[in-house]
Amino acid sequence: MWRDELRGIYYIALKDMRTYYFKPPAVSWGVVFPVVWILAFYLRNPQNFEDLIPGLIAMTILFSTTAAEAVVINFELKLGSLERLLLAPISIASVLIGKVLGGFIFGIFMTAIVAFVSILSLGLHANFLALIMVAVSSLLVFSSMGAFFSVAVKEVFEAQTLLNLPRFVMIFLCGVVYPISAMPEWLQHISRLMPLTYTVDGLARSFSLGSTSSIFPDLLVLVGYSLILIIPAIKMLNKKFE
Amino acid sequence: MASSLDLSGDPVIQTINLTKRYGNFLAVDHLNFQIQKGEIFGFLGPNGSGKTTTIRMLVGLSKPSEGRASILGHDILSNITEAKRYIGVVPDISNLYDELSARNNLLFMAKLYGVPHDQRELKTDELLKNFGLYERRDDRFGTFSRGMKRALTIAAALIHSPKILFLDEPTTGLDVVAARSLRNLISNLHDQGLTIFLTTHYLEEADHLCDRIAILVNGKIVRIGTPEELKHLTEEKSVIEITFAGDIRTRIGELTSRIPGTEVIALEDDKVRIYGGDPPRIFEGVSQFAKDTGIELELVNSIRPSLEDAFMRITGLSPIVMAIDKGGR
Repeated sequence: MWRDELRGIYYIALKDMRTYYFKPPAVSWGVVFPVVWILAFYLRNPQNFEDLIPGLIAMTILFSTTAAEAVVINFELKLGSLERLLLAPISIASVLIGKVLGGFIFGIFMTAIVAFVSILSLGLHANFLALIMVAVSSLLVFSSMGAFFSVAVKEVFEAQTLLNLPRFVMIFLCGVVYPISAMPEWLQHISRLMPLTYTVDGLARSFSLGSTSSIFPDLLVLVGYSLILIIPAIKMLNKKFE
Repeated sequence: MASSLDLSGDPVIQTINLTKRYGNFLAVDHLNFQIQKGEIFGFLGPNGSGKTTTIRMLVGLSKPSEGRASILGHDILSNITEAKRYIGVVPDISNLYDELSARNNLLFMAKLYGVPHDQRELKTDELLKNFGLYERRDDRFGTFSRGMKRALTIAAALIHSPKILFLDEPTTGLDVVAARSLRNLISNLHDQGLTIFLTTHYLEEADHLCDRIAILVNGKIVRIGTPEELKHLTEEKSVIEITFAGDIRTRIGELTSRIPGTEVIALEDDKVRIYGGDPPRIFEGVSQFAKDTGIELELVNSIRPSLEDAFMRITGLSPIVMAIDKGGR
């Protein structure tokens, strides 16, 4: 039985990669958008560009996972093709996890490109194990977030519009461009409620060559966020087919 | 077809008081029916009668509010995943992936259903050939005509060699030629021993294809029988069709009162069908009605009862309501 579920998850993710991802709009949102943003901030306030790399990678993780995925799920719900997947002998949870995995894998490619180009071009050193662990758990969080918003709304454009709220708030409050420590204390409390804070923190620790164990609290929070987002998303999708 | 059907075996589909409510609206009302192996069972009813809702419950896309159903002995509430292995579903919309080619759509379905690796390509090509789509195998689904999309959607439902095929309004939105070709295809699948559950609002389609038909109105089954049994309900009585020179829809009551013992159903504004009664007395009554109202008679026909007549007599609905399409994709 579990083999059927795993097979379903794998082929749904693979089909989504082929059908929706690695196309200009997804690549543009996943890579071009974060790079342009970071460059804009850098040009406004030129300082040590290396300090912006954790933020750049964090933004790539955030946008590469959420941008296409939020559209894909809602688009298929509207067209009825998601129902086709639900007719197969697999659970609703597996169908949604397959969709999340599509965004996750696409995010891995985009994040790897941005991270390697940054590391190689700037000659940075990093704790690669820590970097990968933080990136992977963050990709899980934000691909789950894409699924959550996509299932929560009825229209394709609503998912994107609604997602922009947490995405842009997180860009400003989670240490992507401004250090959290420089913010007023009440704003720092809000920052701590947002998952991207832990992504940026974990990535920054990876680049400062801290010990792998120093990222564990970040990982724990990120895994928690993944569950907080994916479980209600599965429940909401189940509800749509009651 | 119907006469050779064995109704004594274990049913492959069985429903007991199957019900679906959306808030206060009762979409499907305590349905009880059984479908036997190898049968084409038709759900005939106007749009909104609960046909699609019933299929959605049986294939696991919606949960019943009340009642039970089983597919090949698997309870749809507790074991729908197992039941799904044996069913193929063709929804009322052709919902394959526009971006994928015909072949890649079928291969994806084969993988999703766990068709063994060495059989996937063989089965895909076999279906493409059987459905006349092999030459277009590398073309994107989005570029196909409605008829071709429908054919490929049926092929996708057959990729895992199901035992039961659910077809929801298979010919809706198709032109006459494409619809005929699809009906032939469904007949061929039936000849191969597949059990088929078909919903339609086309009376001729149900008559032509089905071994048994359940007539569904407002979520309720009002009659189940073979097409012949249903037609027989009207055979004992005369059926006369009359065309007037003007609109008589608002005067049906007046006309009925002139020919007691009959049932008058308006087909169009100027056309009625009269069931039962004594033909000479009907003609006398109708002539008098024409003279009194000044609406002349244009045509009087005595006709052989069809499934359409049976449907009208059983449901009291005009076949015009059956002609309203959902607008399939």
